[in-house]
Amino acid sequence: MSQVISANRLTDGIVVFYQGPSKWAEFIDQALVLTRPEDVEAALLHAAKDVKANVIVDPYAFDVTIQHERITPTHLREKIRAQGPTVHLDHGKQAQSHGMTGNV
Amino acid sequence: MYRYDEFDAAFVKERVSQFRDQVERRLQGDLTEDQFRIHRLMNGVYLQLHAYMLRIAIPYGALSSRQMRKLAHIGRVFDRGYGHFTTRQNLQFNWPALKDIPAILDELAQVEMHALQTSGNCIRNVTADHFAGAAADEHDDPRPYAEILRQWSSIHPEFTYLPRKFKIAVTGAEKDRAAIQVHDIGYQLKRNEQGELGMAVYVGGGQGRTPMVALKIRDFLPVKDMLSYTEAIVRVYNLEGRRDNKYKARIKILVHETGAEAIRQKVEDEFAKRDDVLTLPHDEIERIKAYFKPPVLAQREARSQTFDARRQSDPAFAAFVKSNLFAHKIDGYGIVTISLKPIGGIPGDATSDQMDVVADLAERYGHDEIRVSHEQNLVLPYVALDDVPAVYDHLVKAQLATANAGLISDIICCPGLDFCSLATARSIPIAQRLSEHFGAGEKARDIGGLKIKISGCINACGHHHVGHIGILGLERKGIETYQLTLGGSGDEICTVGSITGPGFSSDQIIDAVDCVVNTYLNLRTSAEESFIDTYRRVGMAPFKKVLYERDTGADI
Repeated sequence: MSQVISANRLTDGIVVFYQGPSKWAEFIDQALVLTRPEDVEAALLHAAKDVKANVIVDPYAFDVTIQHERITPTHLREKIRAQGPTVHLDHGKQAQSHGMTGNV
Repeated sequence: MYRYDEFDAAFVKERVSQFRDQVERRLQGDLTEDQFRIHRLMNGVYLQLHAYMLRIAIPYGALSSRQMRKLAHIGRVFDRGYGHFTTRQNLQFNWPALKDIPAILDELAQVEMHALQTSGNCIRNVTADHFAGAAADEHDDPRPYAEILRQWSSIHPEFTYLPRKFKIAVTGAEKDRAAIQVHDIGYQLKRNEQGELGMAVYVGGGQGRTPMVALKIRDFLPVKDMLSYTEAIVRVYNLEGRRDNKYKARIKILVHETGAEAIRQKVEDEFAKRDDVLTLPHDEIERIKAYFKPPVLAQREARSQTFDARRQSDPAFAAFVKSNLFAHKIDGYGIVTISLKPIGGIPGDATSDQMDVVADLAERYGHDEIRVSHEQNLVLPYVALDDVPAVYDHLVKAQLATANAGLISDIICCPGLDFCSLATARSIPIAQRLSEHFGAGEKARDIGGLKIKISGCINACGHHHVGHIGILGLERKGIETYQLTLGGSGDEICTVGSITGPGFSSDQIIDAVDCVVNTYLNLRTSAEESFIDTYRRVGMAPFKKVLYERDTGADI
């Protein structure tokens, strides 16, 4: 099992991924991949603190696999969230260069 | 157009100021998300898959040029240069930042707009026939009554926390273009034998996971009693509607479980208790009606030489006229539908530049009026036939002249899994592929009037239940699958479509729809018999047989 934690940034709603305590990145490539249930639980506790600190909203964990060294969500919904609308390739993460807008 | 009075302006301004304070407190952490959610929803702000979404109310779908330009401006400055017109005649922006929304609401208030009643369990933004005031088949203009309902329902203290959302639609014509029978309340203006104006009352229609056609509980309600009767209906619902189960909380469940006669009796009993407070004075109706007086239209010949000549010489223009121009109540004028369904495009999307073009055209040729239809198109309701060629030429330049209104590629479609956090499958890519498959040319014209409606989940925002061909996107074991329904109709002969059988994969669904259409073409008695008429004559069986006995029609 591999999981990643995601949420939306409070100020603008943009999708972000958990990198470590109080660290959230805009791209799934930068996410921390968690392989043990206790790590997921600990990460969600850290995420809950960031909810309280008004950084993010609605954090949750979802399944990923590592394909060709890329973090790939297993579920279509999460793929679309991580990349952007499949009908608007000019919007969402897919339209931006990785690393351009870094951390929250 | 309705213009805000002092009360309206102060009310909207106050609401913006309240929401600005609520957003500030949220961003500072004085409000938690749980505390804030209800406030943001009351101001049309959702959190969707990629970002916040702001749903802006366009009461009964009516916009002035100034308002359309403001929407274009907001799209450019605060969003990504486009907006999405919805099946509720509203506009959604998909990418606004929460911190900017108070500023957006300020901008909207400048042009008498807001995002109230676009969310939450209240009486939602009232919808109406998009040809209101202009259609040749109209008994009376529904907009004044929709506006009266709006004024009465805004922050109504008794009806702001209903068991679920509550949608009212009004039409003034025989031909139902407002889908009133799939609303919580549908009002149809009509005249009695004495020539007095009243309304037929339909209650308990709706789509979602339990689609139901409304029951007619009154054949003729004098218009002066509209608010008293609405209050009686909503009061019965508010008291007796279920609050224990979200999926059984809409009035349709109460109405259909109680039965037409019993619900009628309950409403009539409540109505009988009325005092005169809500009885609409004749002068007040006339005062509101004055806002919707048709523009002063110069007298014109019924036929226009300019128009006829262009139609004869230009087949593309003739095709546009055939599908996108509708009969007007005034000689020498027409109603122009601007299709937001370019071939292969996203149904309902318009760029800010396109919105500006439509605003310019409305100002120059259309007496400053624009309508948004629940079919996700725009309408210019007052265009002189002499001016239709010029309007068309401007639309061509703006890539807004797709000649497919009412044809198979004029597809209603919800945002689906590409944007919506509730969706279970994508809907837009299916609409795009169907649109490309059938196009807006000879093939589409030969097929004739055919409404495809697509939803990306059971909530049915894409109205698939009342599509002649309906498509519902679901997820089965992590894979998108599409259920097909046939025979639905949202007009005056309102029916819920029937499911053909097992669903189809994304790869199979276009072929399945093509198969249904070809079956229709083989079965129709003549080109005059529409898809829905053929379906009503022959039923599901022949379509099902062809769909599921094909070599390629593997079920999943």
